[in-house]
Amino acid sequence: MAEITPSQTVGPYFAYGLTPRKNYDWKDTFGSDLVTADASGERIRIEGQVFDGDGAPINDCMLEIWQADAQGRYASPADSRARPNTAFQGFGRTPTDRDGRYVFDTIKPGRVPGLNDKMQAPHIVMAVFARGMLRQSYTRIYFADEAANSEDAILALVPAERRETLIAPKSLREGRAVYTFDVRMQGEAETVFFEI
Amino acid sequence: MTFYFPAESLGAFPPRLYPDYKSTVKRSPTKPLIIIPHTLSELTGPVYGQDAVQPGDEDLTRQHAGEPLGERIIVHGHVLDEDGRPVPDTLVEIWQANACGRYIHVVDQHPAPLDPNFTGAGRAKTDANGYYKFVTVKPGPYPWGNHYNAWRPSHIHFSLFGHSFISRLVTQMYFPGDPLFPFDPIFNSVPDERARNRMISAFDLDATIPEWALAFRFDIVLRGRNQTPMER
Repeated sequence: MAEITPSQTVGPYFAYGLTPRKNYDWKDTFGSDLVTADASGERIRIEGQVFDGDGAPINDCMLEIWQADAQGRYASPADSRARPNTAFQGFGRTPTDRDGRYVFDTIKPGRVPGLNDKMQAPHIVMAVFARGMLRQSYTRIYFADEAANSEDAILALVPAERRETLIAPKSLREGRAVYTFDVRMQGEAETVFFEI
Repeated sequence: MTFYFPAESLGAFPPRLYPDYKSTVKRSPTKPLIIIPHTLSELTGPVYGQDAVQPGDEDLTRQHAGEPLGERIIVHGHVLDEDGRPVPDTLVEIWQANACGRYIHVVDQHPAPLDPNFTGAGRAKTDANGYYKFVTVKPGPYPWGNHYNAWRPSHIHFSLFGHSFISRLVTQMYFPGDPLFPFDPIFNSVPDERARNRMISAFDLDATIPEWALAFRFDIVLRGRNQTPMER
């Protein structure tokens, strides 16, 4: 048995290594546009802002998302069901900008099996990294227009008065669905984070 | 192989709120985290295409026209799971300050020189035995604003994935014998001394290349155990 290596903060200077974009002389491994040409499903945008305990935007944050394809299948060896017949990888990474804002372009995930093989409501897993965070915090993005939210076993573990923080409201922009998901580290509307 | 992720192992991690590291005060959740069972969403994780890592990405001393200044070093080791099994084909991303302790990041403006021959970013994929290797220069310590006369010990940032999204790890590798350890709140945020010491690389004379580079070994253990106990 081996003991795990402790987590340490991503710090303030990760951008040139993990999210260089075009700002540094290095290549991105992952981007914020998850959509591949052959991916089936509804194209959606997820956008929001990340805030600290003073309500100030966190402009040196890195967000990562992980999701199933539109048929509810993960592009992972740990998902033993039929592999997605697309190049869709389901993983995205983005820094926040100077106003703490972020955007992901992706497709709406399908439902995936949960506890006791009961289907979960469509959701995306998000990990939050930043200076001042000694380890990542995990949350989930659910979609406001999904009736299945009311029967989701994970949402049911969240106190009712806090569930709203996980459910992204939908708007339409130029015919495309945009879901708004803000991350609040603290405060009255503090986002629900999960211990996993 | 099916993996599970015992929650007890997380005892090795630092708390989210560690006031000696001041930035944690406004950036750590204050409400209780919700403990959830692991579903497929937690137990799966990304894999990468063949083009995620290009040949040469693991050598930080050959990304520019000339060679960077500083002590050339080899940093290598194995990525393992909690059973001590290798984690093959997993992505390892690193970033670090240059030999003077200066990051190329625009926000780092402390008065130490940038090195035109050093960016400080690299990536590698572990082989079938979970082995990875980087060539770089030893990063310098640098000052930061956490408290009066605060200096970070020399370190290299590591980012790893492993078997699932919950084995994802961002950590820092330190160098043996650093006199700054007792004064660094980030290093000391890890409560258990043995766990802290697992972040310190070991000088590796056997892997040192004579007349060329010193070597440091850093083995990394990610969350994840197999369903069946390993035979020994």
